[in-house]
Amino acid sequence: MAKVLVFTELHGNHAKGVTLEILGKLAGHTIEVAAIGAVPAEATAELAKFGASKIHSLKGGNLDKYSPEGYSNALEAFIKTGGFDYVFAGATSIGKDLLPRLATKFDAGLASDVTNFTFSGDTFNGTRPLFSGKCFAKVEITGPKPHFVTIRPNALGMNTAPTAGAGATAEANVDAGAIRAMIKEIVKGTSEKLDLTEANIIVSGGRAMKDAANFKVLEELAEVVGATVGASRAAVDSGFAPHAMQVGQTGKTVSPSLYIACGISGAIQHLAGMRSSKVIVAINTDPDAPIFTRADYGIVGDLFTVVPLLTQEFKALLGK
Amino acid sequence: MNIFVCVKQVPDTETKVVPNADGSYIETSSIKWIMNPYDEFAVEQALLVQAANAGSTVTVVRVGSVKDTEALRTAMAMGADDAILVEANDNLDSYMIAKALKNAIEKSGKTPDLILTGKQAIDDDCLQVPQILATMLNLPSVSVVVGYEGSATDVTVKREIEGGALEVYGVKLPAIIACNKGINTPRYASLPGIMKAKKKPLVQLSLADVGVSAADQRLKYSSFQLPPEKPPGKKFDATDASKQAQIVKEVVGLLRNEAKII
Ligand SMILES: Cc1cc2nc3c(=O)[nH]c(=O)nc-3n(C[C@H](O)[C@H](O)[C@H](O)COP(=O)(O)OP(=O)(O)OC[C@H]3O[C@@H](n4cnc5c(N)ncnc54)[C@H](O)[C@@H]3O)c2cc1C
Ligand SMILES: Cc1cc2nc3c(=O)[nH]c(=O)nc-3n(C[C@H](O)[C@H](O)[C@H](O)COP(=O)(O)OP(=O)(O)OC[C@H]3O[C@@H](n4cnc5c(N)ncnc54)[C@H](O)[C@@H]3O)c2cc1C
Repeated sequence: MAKVLVFTELHGNHAKGVTLEILGKLAGHTIEVAAIGAVPAEATAELAKFGASKIHSLKGGNLDKYSPEGYSNALEAFIKTGGFDYVFAGATSIGKDLLPRLATKFDAGLASDVTNFTFSGDTFNGTRPLFSGKCFAKVEITGPKPHFVTIRPNALGMNTAPTAGAGATAEANVDAGAIRAMIKEIVKGTSEKLDLTEANIIVSGGRAMKDAANFKVLEELAEVVGATVGASRAAVDSGFAPHAMQVGQTGKTVSPSLYIACGISGAIQHLAGMRSSKVIVAINTDPDAPIFTRADYGIVGDLFTVVPLLTQEFKALLGK
Repeated sequence: MNIFVCVKQVPDTETKVVPNADGSYIETSSIKWIMNPYDEFAVEQALLVQAANAGSTVTVVRVGSVKDTEALRTAMAMGADDAILVEANDNLDSYMIAKALKNAIEKSGKTPDLILTGKQAIDDDCLQVPQILATMLNLPSVSVVVGYEGSATDVTVKREIEGGALEVYGVKLPAIIACNKGINTPRYASLPGIMKAKKKPLVQLSLADVGVSAADQRLKYSSFQLPPEKPPGKKFDATDASKQAQIVKEVVGLLRNEAKII
């Protein structure tokens, strides 16, 4: 049984979904959770339900906003006091930026963007995609402990029968240290929706959308099913959508439960970003489009008539 | 300013990737290597900063095999002044690569004012090297940067986070900046540039020269495999508009009852 610290980010009053996925998968180990700042009661309850024995809220100056140096200094100090074998976090914007820094402070190894793992005794055995999901490999961590791991959101899935933990709460004062790269301002994104990398459902449009205004057709469907809208590179390069919406080898890598590809041919670089989606629906006028070889459900037809019908049908199904 | 750019070679994005016979890595014999696409943004940014700060030099550094030095020559053809190649037979993890880069940069005798890298390598998508390097060199760094402006001592950079939101950082140089698409438009190497690049200095170092050994290994990879094959899906012909409503109904039903997604 290993002693594991899971670093969590908070989303409003809740713990991020990926944290709960990690906790559920770690059942059987001693699991503690740390967050920067106060942990709301809702989040505390969720974390306990999924197995957290202790929930640490780390407090100190200069930690109200993320900074690579502030967060890594604060967590370094805290981790040193805990005797952890492993430190886990979600492979989110913060997790991907922070964990390599933190691991290096301990001269330790980090397995990043892991999509599945097991433990044999105290030893971590991970699986991660390489070459944009064209290959998978096993990954083990060697060298000094603690060992560090980031987990791709939506990859593990939720444990439907988690073992609850005691959920005791604790506070620790930490020092953010000297900060040489400091956030001056945050410019809001175009969308308040869940990020593509964390979305459970994604509706994506390709070159066939023809212009930016037509994305409205996809947004209406997204609204009904609670999805985030994505795009192919052809759609981004043609100016229909911002780069933050691009899915693929040079965009975001996503693994939602459901990916609906509308007017996207299925080029290898697009598949690289979405092939690990659990269920893929493709809508394309060309019956030979490569996307159909990957789709669980393919609809050969014009997206401009099929997508509104989907929206209607889901509305009826979900009683909206 | 002393500007360094870290560039990596990766398989062309069209490359078919297959595990090798013992599953210890991929079959590399037929792979075409290219410069990591994000590193083109880093090289371009270095050249833009150089142009704005007279007397600056741009040095490109790569850790990798000597079989072909495409990425370094491309960077020099774009305009970089010189290059350092740390010869490695490739099975290095991110920690070892960062340590090699750190020591190669320190060995160059030039104190870095700015180190630029790509956001991530598209082969193993680790997103680790820039942050590890920054921690080893004790320098501030910002990753996933889509906007850069500033002087030889202070810069303002924009980091892309979830939902397309941007964090705007003020950073004191020296620092490490990891570049994402959107920061600039990389130039193409011109023909005279390509000719000139052949004569530009390329220093070659061994892993021993930069103090990296097996003891620095932190990750062990094994059992490279292809992803599990998906069984073929169901395809519906909805080209006839009168059938569309029925087909859409059927697919939504399958998503609920067969795939159990909705
Ligand atoms: C280094 C590199 C990196 C790349 N990175 C990415 C990446 O990150 N992401 C990415 O997406 N691409 C990437 N690409 C580009 C990729 O190769 C393709 O060019 C791109 O994905 C094509 O986008 P598309 O499918 O929207 O357009 P197209 O290939 O033009 O496909 C449009 C499709 O729409 C269909 N269609 C047309 N009208 C309709 C209609 N009314 N209804 C339904 N269907 C219709 C057509 O049959 C066609 O299949 C990259 C390429 C390179 C070289
Ligand atoms: C068994 C095995 C065999 C391997 N064989 C090969 C091989 O044949 N060829 C190969 O290219 N890789 C090979 N690799 C992968 C290589 O070692 C990884 O690239 C390494 O883990 C660092 O990548 P990263 O994803 O952490 O880089 P990231 O952190 O994602 O890269 C970000 C940026 O860091 C910089 N950077 C990263 N790596 C380098 C580098 N090597 N030199 C200079 N700058 C760099 C670049 O600016 C890059 O944009 C192998 C790995 C293993 C485990």
